[in-house]
Amino acid sequence: MDKFVRSWLAELKSYAAIFALVAVLACVPIVAQLLDNPFLIRLLTRAVLLGMAAVGLNFILGFGGLLSLMHASLFGIGAYVVAILAWHDFNMEPVLGFSGTSNVLIALPVALLCVGLAAMTTGVIALRTMGAYFIMITLAFNQMLYYFSISLQTYGGGDGLQILSTLTFNHFVITSRAQFYWLCVAVLGTVLIVMHKIIKSRFGMILQACAQNERRVKALGFAPLPYKLVAFVISGLIAGLAGALWAVGQGFVSPADLSWMRSADLVVIAVLGGTGRVYGPVLGAIVFVVLESVLSGLTPYWQLPLGLIVIGIVVFLKGGLADLFVGRRHA
Amino acid sequence: MTPVLWVEQTLNGVQLGVMLFLMSAGLTLVFGIMNLINLAHGSLYMAGAFFAATFTLWTGNFFLALLLALAASALLGVVMEYSVLRRFYGRSHLDQVLVTFGLILVVNDVTRLIWGVVPVPFGIPTFLSGSVFVMPGLPYPIFRLAVLAVGLLVALGLFLIVAHTRVGMWIRAGASDRVMAGALGVDVPLIFSIVFAAGAALAGLAGLMAGPITAVQVGMGEPVLILALVVIVVGGIGSIRGAFIAALLIGVADTFGRVLLPPALGSMVIFILMAAILAWRPRGLFSAHG
Repeated sequence: MDKFVRSWLAELKSYAAIFALVAVLACVPIVAQLLDNPFLIRLLTRAVLLGMAAVGLNFILGFGGLLSLMHASLFGIGAYVVAILAWHDFNMEPVLGFSGTSNVLIALPVALLCVGLAAMTTGVIALRTMGAYFIMITLAFNQMLYYFSISLQTYGGGDGLQILSTLTFNHFVITSRAQFYWLCVAVLGTVLIVMHKIIKSRFGMILQACAQNERRVKALGFAPLPYKLVAFVISGLIAGLAGALWAVGQGFVSPADLSWMRSADLVVIAVLGGTGRVYGPVLGAIVFVVLESVLSGLTPYWQLPLGLIVIGIVVFLKGGLADLFVGRRHA
Repeated sequence: MTPVLWVEQTLNGVQLGVMLFLMSAGLTLVFGIMNLINLAHGSLYMAGAFFAATFTLWTGNFFLALLLALAASALLGVVMEYSVLRRFYGRSHLDQVLVTFGLILVVNDVTRLIWGVVPVPFGIPTFLSGSVFVMPGLPYPIFRLAVLAVGLLVALGLFLIVAHTRVGMWIRAGASDRVMAGALGVDVPLIFSIVFAAGAALAGLAGLMAGPITAVQVGMGEPVLILALVVIVVGGIGSIRGAFIAALLIGVADTFGRVLLPPALGSMVIFILMAAILAWRPRGLFSAHG
């Protein structure tokens, strides 16, 4: 019995960093209130959602060894589905025989279904290849979906789509920025805990083994492809979930959300925070968003210092920011 | 579609194809020999267009400006390779993607600092402007025909060099197995530096020829870069022949896709084509690595 309690405590302890991070994030609206700076909430909402997408990306990048450059497009599909359903609700036009909806609790599952299907179809093709081919193919798929979003003339084409109806959660309507922010933090916390569990599970072990040496995994009698495919779909779903919430929060979606540069941003965020830990990308997202906001306030040429910082990170900081805070994982 | 339209679109498609080939040739060899993913290749394309536009303005002589622009693009490539990329041959693809992405951000903003955000005017000389009738009822811009001719000539020249000279043999040997080629006495780093500079000049050439057709502006390189990546993936990494065939295939498919199909599908044709080819041959049509 004592042993059971101790192992339970040990498991709880492995979540400590996640709990601490979520607790700190949850305090932000209070700090913003005290500082009388509502902009802080907007900034951190952006960080939390980009962080969530990067956590999804990092599931296959940091633990599956697969560098995907199409996660912005999966993020974008999630966002577009929410916006398109709301458009159909607002204009009272049925979509494929169903009426549109402004109920997020209905739109969200539909969005995830679409993202899951997209991730599965593209994943089957991309995962048959390896290494550099995988990177370039996911980049191409990202661009394909980007052009597709531009070609949606009914839904704003290249200008993007504004959500004109009031989005609801069944009958509940989110009224303040802080409420929405807390919702995002809660979802992020859930995602982190689920990710942590998956990575510690048998499935997660096999995924990490695939990243290290696929031939040995095969020799042990596992077929790597199904594991990688499921991981790719899970990873895409989390990016799509972040995208759907992004649409809810911004009330606007645009093809720019799907651009391949955004995909590369997500990789930068994951690496900046550290790919070895589940919550690393969240730290990366906070730093990235603050950096972006500070630099773009200083100069219109803010991408120049950002680019130099990215190059600097690759050259100097191998384990990401998480290492600076917690010390190296592999001592 | 009328025959006139067919001929016109075929010319457009082949012209896009040779342009993509110029972009892909350097990219596929750089990747084949040094296993380096260079996302900043599109920056060299952009630089070529900006250099040519500026040098035309300075010198007033179109051909002199072209030569200077090619030299400047090659020089920029050498600087890029020598100062940053050289350190990344042995590193992971993740590091390479990040560092070349960083380079894109830097080059884009430096270009913006120097030339501003407004597209730079790039006129073509009078003897290349206007059009000729390539067949009754079809006037076609002379400049586009010149681009087509230059592209095909360069492709032919490149093919002869790679397939029939000693240096070309070294390049092919390096692309199919770098370590073995090195063991047999090929100076792989030197060959690679030459290939990188030549690839940069070719990307610059593609850019400066595209300049008058599209617009000389920041960010013009990235869409082309992604098409070039599609080309080298379809053609098989490290293969010049594969890059040429795939470039024409992609150029023609893209052009006809946009004309014949509804816009939503037309813009996706080449990516669907890529997916189909890769589902059939995961390593591309002519992979150099066995």
